[in-house]
Amino acid sequence: MLQVEHLSYDVQEEGRQSEILSDVSFSVKDGEMLVITGPNGGGKSTLAKLLMGINKETAGKITLNGTDITEMTIDERAKAGMGFAFQQPPRFKGMTVRRLLHLAAGRALSEDECCELLSSVGLCAMEYIDREADATLSGGEMKRIEIATVLAKHHDICIFDEPEAGIDLWSFSMLIKRFEQIHREKRESLILISHQERIIQMADRIMVISDGKVESIGAAEEIMPHLFGQEINSCHCRQQKGGEL
Amino acid sequence: MELNQVTEDVLKVIDSYGFKQEGAYNLRLNGMAVCHGDSRHIRIVKKEDKPGIDIFISAEAQKEQVHIPVVMSEPGVDVVYNDFYVEDGADVTIVAGCGIHGEGCSETRHDGIHAFHVGKNANVKYVENHYAEGNGTGSKVLNPVTKIFVGENSVFTLETSQIKGVDSTKRENYIELAENAKVYVTEKLMTHAAQKAISNMDVELKGKNSSARIISRSVAKGESKQVFHPRAIGENLCHAHVQCDSIIMDEAEISSIPEINAKHMDAQIVHEAAIGRINDEQLVKLRTFGMTEEEAEAVIIENFLK
Ligand SMILES: Nc1ncnc2c1ncn2[C@@H]1O[C@H](COP(=O)(O)OP(=O)(O)OP(=O)(O)O)[C@@H](O)[C@H]1O
Ligand SMILES: [Mg+2]
Repeated sequence: MLQVEHLSYDVQEEGRQSEILSDVSFSVKDGEMLVITGPNGGGKSTLAKLLMGINKETAGKITLNGTDITEMTIDERAKAGMGFAFQQPPRFKGMTVRRLLHLAAGRALSEDECCELLSSVGLCAMEYIDREADATLSGGEMKRIEIATVLAKHHDICIFDEPEAGIDLWSFSMLIKRFEQIHREKRESLILISHQERIIQMADRIMVISDGKVESIGAAEEIMPHLFGQEINSCHCRQQKGGEL
Repeated sequence: MELNQVTEDVLKVIDSYGFKQEGAYNLRLNGMAVCHGDSRHIRIVKKEDKPGIDIFISAEAQKEQVHIPVVMSEPGVDVVYNDFYVEDGADVTIVAGCGIHGEGCSETRHDGIHAFHVGKNANVKYVENHYAEGNGTGSKVLNPVTKIFVGENSVFTLETSQIKGVDSTKRENYIELAENAKVYVTEKLMTHAAQKAISNMDVELKGKNSSARIISRSVAKGESKQVFHPRAIGENLCHAHVQCDSIIMDEAEISSIPEINAKHMDAQIVHEAAIGRINDEQLVKLRTFGMTEEEAEAVIIENFLK
């Protein structure tokens, strides 16, 4: 179980303190699928990076399976059972996909294991396993390899930041199946950050983050009806300037 | 001949193909040629006038290897002159390299002065690893000079690497290309602590349609200093591409001073150089796999220098 209490994150911008996330609290139960959604720039990726220890929160506490991990480094959190797939995965010039998967798994994988991993994200192993994970791969290919690196090992909880972004329809269907399978088997808890209806529909619970705050959180049936067809006014100029533009 | 453990261990590092006292080989240990062998197509002859050997590679040599490692396990200065004569049409891999095992407090230095005279239609690969180890306080110095003359239609591949332990190095390379000759150079260098490395490389593209591709990758750690000075001179219709990439860490310093010089209007010469810190996004990604910062850095560096 992951528990997040009063998490905040500030940055210094041109000498001014600006709050990116403010007082975010929620939890994810074992085997649960939480989908985080909300407008662009709302703070979803920032939250994900705080959970993984990539960014350091200004305040708050994160507990994983009863252990306070707030002060843990990225690798310590990984060892404690967290997995993370980036919204924009980095590329590794000179490194083969095979090597990247071995590193992700923390052991030498067999040819069959690599093949299985790649096919689970819709990539043909024969074609990709010895290619370099560099700029010659398309955005969608790299994104799918990124997802495969997280699937390469068992985690207690995995965070996928917009796994659907840039992925074609066919691979997307396979990916959905894979998430459903993980969810059904309750082997891992999943946090999926997504704007995609089909992903949102899979959720046990949905959390909407907007403007750095939890706008709403609850069971999927409860949140879903409010999500679609709702208009979000993200321009604050009018309010700030007292109605004048 | 029986070799001691230190020598065997150093040989393992510097000769990645595996040194054996078989075929064509020459082992130089502490300034003396201690064992040598010829093959049917490769003859090694000791020089009369100065230290070193002449290596004659006949046209019949096809996909053959010759190993000429140097090991220094005692302090001192060793200067050696090796000349290679490669006949037209030969296809050979030359595995050289120098390893120092320094336990003393005085300097151990090896200056290998090599010249390659490559005929026409030949294919030569020259692999050179430089390495030093040992707890001695005496500095471990390697100053290689390599002159390469590549004949018509021949291909010369030079792979040089210095990954560990060498306190000071100054390498001078001079390459001259005849018509249709090609050279591929990959240089890998890593320096630590207070080490210093200077690499000068001149490539003269004299022949029509000659081409050169030079890739230099380096990592500077600690307070080490590196200076690169690659120079490509196009004197005919030719292509040259020089690429220098460096990772800088800690308090290190790297200078890359490229020079491209065209003396013919059909000479195409490109130089790219970049120095930057270790890729932070890669580092973070590897740490999400559970690697510590040091482990992740090591993977990135190993991959970069691969
Ligand atoms: N280091 C930073 N300095 C300044 N602003 C930042 C920094 N990091 C994030 N932000 C800002 O914080 C806000 C939240 O960014 P974040 O990437 O978390 O959004 P998101 O919800 O993931 O959006 P998207 O749906 O587009 O992926 C954005 O307005 C972004 O510009
Ligand atoms: Mg985002």
